Amino acid sequence: MRYDTVIIGAGLSGLAAGIRLAHFDRRVCLLERHTTIGGLNSFYRLRGRTHDVGLHAVTNYNPKGSKSGPLPRILRQLRFSWDDFGFSPQVSSKISFPGVTLRFSNDPGLLESEIALRFPGEIEGFRRLVKFVEDQPWGTAFPTSMTARGTLAEYLRDPLLIEMLLYPVLFYGSAAPHDVELTQFLILFRSIYRDGFARPYEGVRRILSVLVKRFRHLGGEIRLRSGVQAIESRSGKAVAVVLDDGTRIEADTILSSAGSVETARLCEAGLSEDVANGDSPAIPSQVPGELTFFESIAMLDRPPAELGIPETTMFYCGTPRFRYQNPGEPCNVDSGVICSPNNFAYELPLPESTLRLTVMANNRFWFERPSEEDYQEQKRIWRERIFAAALSHIPDFRPNIVDIDTFSPRTIRKYTGHHNGCVYGSPHKQWDGTTHLSNLFLCGTDQGMLGIVGAMFSGISMANKHVLGSQG
Amino acid sequence: MQPEEIRQVLLDILARIVPDEDLSTLRDDVAFREQIELDSMDFLDIVMELRKQYRVQIPEEDYPNLATMGGAVTYLVPLMKDVKAPA
Repeated sequence: MRYDTVIIGAGLSGLAAGIRLAHFDRRVCLLERHTTIGGLNSFYRLRGRTHDVGLHAVTNYNPKGSKSGPLPRILRQLRFSWDDFGFSPQVSSKISFPGVTLRFSNDPGLLESEIALRFPGEIEGFRRLVKFVEDQPWGTAFPTSMTARGTLAEYLRDPLLIEMLLYPVLFYGSAAPHDVELTQFLILFRSIYRDGFARPYEGVRRILSVLVKRFRHLGGEIRLRSGVQAIESRSGKAVAVVLDDGTRIEADTILSSAGSVETARLCEAGLSEDVANGDSPAIPSQVPGELTFFESIAMLDRPPAELGIPETTMFYCGTPRFRYQNPGEPCNVDSGVICSPNNFAYELPLPESTLRLTVMANNRFWFERPSEEDYQEQKRIWRERIFAAALSHIPDFRPNIVDIDTFSPRTIRKYTGHHNGCVYGSPHKQWDGTTHLSNLFLCGTDQGMLGIVGAMFSGISMANKHVLGSQG
Repeated sequence: MQPEEIRQVLLDILARIVPDEDLSTLRDDVAFREQIELDSMDFLDIVMELRKQYRVQIPEEDYPNLATMGGAVTYLVPLMKDVKAPA
């Protein structure tokens, strides 16, 4: 079996790349290990309800008719119209630290006026920071030694304001603890504070179904339950992938959204006589990420706004300095994100009421539970601790819970195949997508783009650069 | 295809790449990029759509010829003289 391009992983980056290639008449096959598409951003049904995973909000949202920014570029590149994804904008969000709250929304003026009010001595610095961010063309790559904290310190003096601004940025995309590379900071800062949040009424499945329908319509193939166990190579070129069931599929080009560490392992598994011949380039060692999350999805008997939780997202921290790191304890209960899919400006209210609480988690603890009973019991214990700690920031919603589900780093590892269950992949991003093999490229999380819009952008730009562009 | 038909082909391609732009006022002698929001990714799409739809191969060094509508039509006339206009 042979294709022009094989794409490993039917998440948002793989689907977007697949659409680009199929549109330009390439024979493309998307390979997905799971029974469903979506990867990091998917959905599942449990006890009659549909839950999103991954998606809190689509960041990088621009309103209909915007001409610049990543979202309009994606729509043009994939030949979609504004209404295809059915985005509704957020209501508003906030960052809550001890004694100080900053509200922000899709109107950048709100955050600016909040900073003027709470940190009057910093407003000029903040405006200069914004100007610096906006002056950089989208996707500008800076040296990896330049980080968010270093840049923020050039514009702002108050450490609390720096912590508050950085918290949502790290939580929504940093693969590294405490800080993030400047290149990614610029993308995230814009996606959160300048562009803003939105969500389709039907959640992430609306986006996935639009993408998959288009991909199939263009003649693209998707194979579910088709995990890749190895990438075979000869003399520095990938020649084929081998599926878990032994099926071998040849391709001229391979795009992998599996992650850099994970892709390197597939290459190792596919080494054969080349090694003995000394004819194969060494597989560079990759740095695995280690940051991961624990999330509880609480179904409520009424909309969260009626309980006094009107925010779309709320980034809360119970200490003046947050700890964006793999916590020593099973979960970091002091800080996290509370979000509700109900709190977007839809035309009609959602039929179900949901609140999601996400905190950082220690992957080893969740991987190493001695039994399924213990795992379930620990999930219950930590969920209750997280809820109790969150009550310093929101009204008590616990009496209104009608159903609940929780996922841990173990769940994330199972469904994404990410080493360590890490969500944002390796801290070392590969911006040009290249690997040690001349026709194998990365897309998705470890290429460096973030969020739903970023993932699609990654798939598109890697398909353009390495497949379509190189062949005229 | 006649120059006027090639111009229409290019307009149809642009209408699909940048559906929100008003192309009715597009001037032939001014660069596309000065009149409509068209980044390098979109520009590459004009070339690729021509290839996909009409099998016209345009080498990268010739891309500057496509900067304006007038320039693009002039450049494409010899390449597309034997191509049939779309129905």
